[in-house]
Amino acid sequence: MGRLIGVVLLGLLSLSVQAQDKNKKATFEVKGNCGMCEARIEKAAINVTGVKYAAWDVSEKMLTLILNEKKCSLQQVMQAVALVGHDTDLFKAEDSVYEKLPACCKYRDSESAHLDHH
Amino acid sequence: MKLKASFFKLRIPHLTLIILLLGSPKDAFGQIEIKGKVVAVTQDKESYALAEVNIYWLNTKIGTTTNVEGEFTIPYSKSSNQLIFSYIGFRTDTILANRPNLGIIRLYPDIELEEVVVEEVIDPIQRSLFKVQNVVTVDSREMLKAACCNLSESFETNPTVDVNISDAVSGAKQIQMLGLNSPYLFFTQENMPSIRGASQIYGLSFIPGSWIESIQITKGSGSVVNGFESISGHINTELVKPLTDIPFFFNGYSNNYGRYEINSRVNLVLDKNLGTGIYIHSNLRNGEWDTNSDNFLDTPLARQFNVMNRWQYLDSEKGWVAYFNVQYLNDEKETGEVSFNFNQKDENNGIWGSKLATNRFDMSGKLGYVFPELPFQSFGFQGAYSNHSQESYYGLRDYNIDHESFYSNALFNSIIGSTQHTFKTGVSYTYDRLNEWVDGKAFNRQDAALGLFYEYSYDNLGKFSLVAGLRWDMHNNMGNFLSPRFHMRYSLWDKASLRFSLGRGKRAAYIFAENQQLFASSRIINIADNQGGFYGLDPEIAWNYGVSFLQKLYLWNRTLEFSADFYRTDFKNQVVVDWETPSEISFYNLNGSSYSNSFQTDLSYELIRDLNLRVTYKHYDVRIDYQNENLKKPLQPDYRFFVNLSYETADRQDGKNWRFDFTWNSLGNQRLPATEANPIAYQLPSSVPGYSLVNAQVTKSFSKSFEMYLGGENINNRVQTNPVLAADAPFSPFFDSTISYAPVLGEIYYLGFRYKFNKVRTWVD
Repeated sequence: MGRLIGVVLLGLLSLSVQAQDKNKKATFEVKGNCGMCEARIEKAAINVTGVKYAAWDVSEKMLTLILNEKKCSLQQVMQAVALVGHDTDLFKAEDSVYEKLPACCKYRDSESAHLDHH
Repeated sequence: MKLKASFFKLRIPHLTLIILLLGSPKDAFGQIEIKGKVVAVTQDKESYALAEVNIYWLNTKIGTTTNVEGEFTIPYSKSSNQLIFSYIGFRTDTILANRPNLGIIRLYPDIELEEVVVEEVIDPIQRSLFKVQNVVTVDSREMLKAACCNLSESFETNPTVDVNISDAVSGAKQIQMLGLNSPYLFFTQENMPSIRGASQIYGLSFIPGSWIESIQITKGSGSVVNGFESISGHINTELVKPLTDIPFFFNGYSNNYGRYEINSRVNLVLDKNLGTGIYIHSNLRNGEWDTNSDNFLDTPLARQFNVMNRWQYLDSEKGWVAYFNVQYLNDEKETGEVSFNFNQKDENNGIWGSKLATNRFDMSGKLGYVFPELPFQSFGFQGAYSNHSQESYYGLRDYNIDHESFYSNALFNSIIGSTQHTFKTGVSYTYDRLNEWVDGKAFNRQDAALGLFYEYSYDNLGKFSLVAGLRWDMHNNMGNFLSPRFHMRYSLWDKASLRFSLGRGKRAAYIFAENQQLFASSRIINIADNQGGFYGLDPEIAWNYGVSFLQKLYLWNRTLEFSADFYRTDFKNQVVVDWETPSEISFYNLNGSSYSNSFQTDLSYELIRDLNLRVTYKHYDVRIDYQNENLKKPLQPDYRFFVNLSYETADRQDGKNWRFDFTWNSLGNQRLPATEANPIAYQLPSSVPGYSLVNAQVTKSFSKSFEMYLGGENINNRVQTNPVLAADAPFSPFFDSTISYAPVLGEIYYLGFRYKFNKVRTWVD
């Protein structure tokens, strides 16, 4: 009987752990400028298997994610975002990728934020 | 005066079109210089010329500076089209240099940076590049351009929807889309079915324009979420909401034919999450006019009282939203011969008169929940009840209808894997009870349907997206059936969208309510006994296919929008309404083919600053197999050509401005129902040539809260001279007011005002 309760408890515990993992919410800074950046960042993030939801705030420069931790990690998302040209604390975009961004998205240059965005 | 001056500059689009054809504007300016003048604007809004301003092409070292007058010239650069203007203490500006004279460039002091409010001016009619469906969104500003005052009239400045007059006696305005009458269009109010059944003909005049926040017009088959009935399109109206609407609005209108309207909205915010609004509309038409001397009133005498109370609850932190509405409407129309005595109906020997009295009660509610931790997941419930009762007589013919309707829908929204794949699923239940008395004969009908639906959406966050939906309905009179709907969008290149749609719609016609104008004639009603479930007729089934293209581009720094679409509707079955025998009207199941082909192309452009042009051309080919022959649909113009010019003076802090609006509508030939069997005096030609209608309006805003408007409808005075056939013998078999192909009223001039109390509401917890 005691063993049965143990199994049930263990089952419930693992279930609750799994439930938490499936919809893990996270927010971190991603460098960028404009609406074009937003589209690029969100697309890169959502294309990582396991990311369910991605929203980047233009004014706050924060990326909010909901992801399934069993399928991917935050680092993978940061890497994916860096691969399309956007810096995070952990991963910097390659200069060659960054240089290919449209002029208005070149966030490393503070003047670029004033350009016309399309 | 200002408007007149602007018309002379209409040549500009020719030039821009030529440039468009020859190549990009950039090439056209290969060797020229760009000039302009830079001024500084102080905090007190004063300006002075600014010398020594640094000007250079973006990403280049090519530059110049302004002279003491603030003027500059710079050779055109092939490597860049953006000019940077910088001066110490002022905010650096970047300008798209796409014309030889950039005019005055204003630089603002740096300290103002925090005060700058970026306001994007959004067009009052919008087409989205990204929505999967071909949707045109019309906001309340566009409705202000229409003369007056209810939903049917608000489409008069909108080229997507056609407004027709249903008959010469009631003057009711009916709308069409893709060449099909309004019963094939699906109306919803805040996504709950609204104008259908008993309210089909007059229901559009039961929604006051000033209560409307926006209208979404979807061409082609709609979504499976709202039901199975939509065939040619879906029109959804969103009403103003107590928590976001202004606290008080009042509007008055009158015209030269004795039509008066008032509208008022009062909103109270009771708590930061709870608001309520009371909306009132009332109208009166007491002008007895017979301008064409046919002894019939040109426009009915009418009274309407319409009141709504709505409640809104919104708690965005916890994710709950709820609405509750109650509405009551009383509408009366009296029309017919001028000498008809409405007080003693039975004393009118040999005089024709008609009266309609409608009472309607509506109640609806909505409850929605968005999971606070999972913003992509939500559920909602909607419920609506309405009771519509109309008592009416048209001469010696009586027509009464009671329509009770119940609608409910439960919906769940979520994702599959990620927000690139979303779905909506749910269940709906609808019930309709109809009791009709037609010329003393009773028709009773009860429809109940339980439906399940599932709609999947895919968006690759780039070029491609689609929506695929399927619903399965179990209907007590139509059996079990599937309704598939499919929409797809593909972005061909920058700012261009190509869309496809297809879908199946099914509906049971309300033959009397939808063709109510027939009672204002001596036509004998024939209903074929086709052993169907509805008046002996079968349900109507149609497939709709559409393709549309939209291109937006910047030309001379202003947005140009071009769109073209083609839709085809194919009826598998239709209840054919046959007007081709002059003394009869026949309803029978379609035997053969019935289709509608519709082509529309639109162009909109800001010609010069604040002067907007919209041009639309539509072509229709609508043909039906009648019992004896295949004919073009009667009273359907072959084409419609629409030009709208609107000009608005720049917004000022104090809210003072002028708005001008001019609309020119041109219609093609219309085929008339056959009248050869009538005596010569009561015959009409087999078709009538096209004609044009001109509307114009001027609005003067005196402050942010008060404005007045003056306008004219049908200014060019185009009228149908003989709107009532056999008006001299209204009880003869030849009497007919249903062949209505042009307005009955000539020049209409109107004057109105709007008062808005704009106080900003703030809440402190």
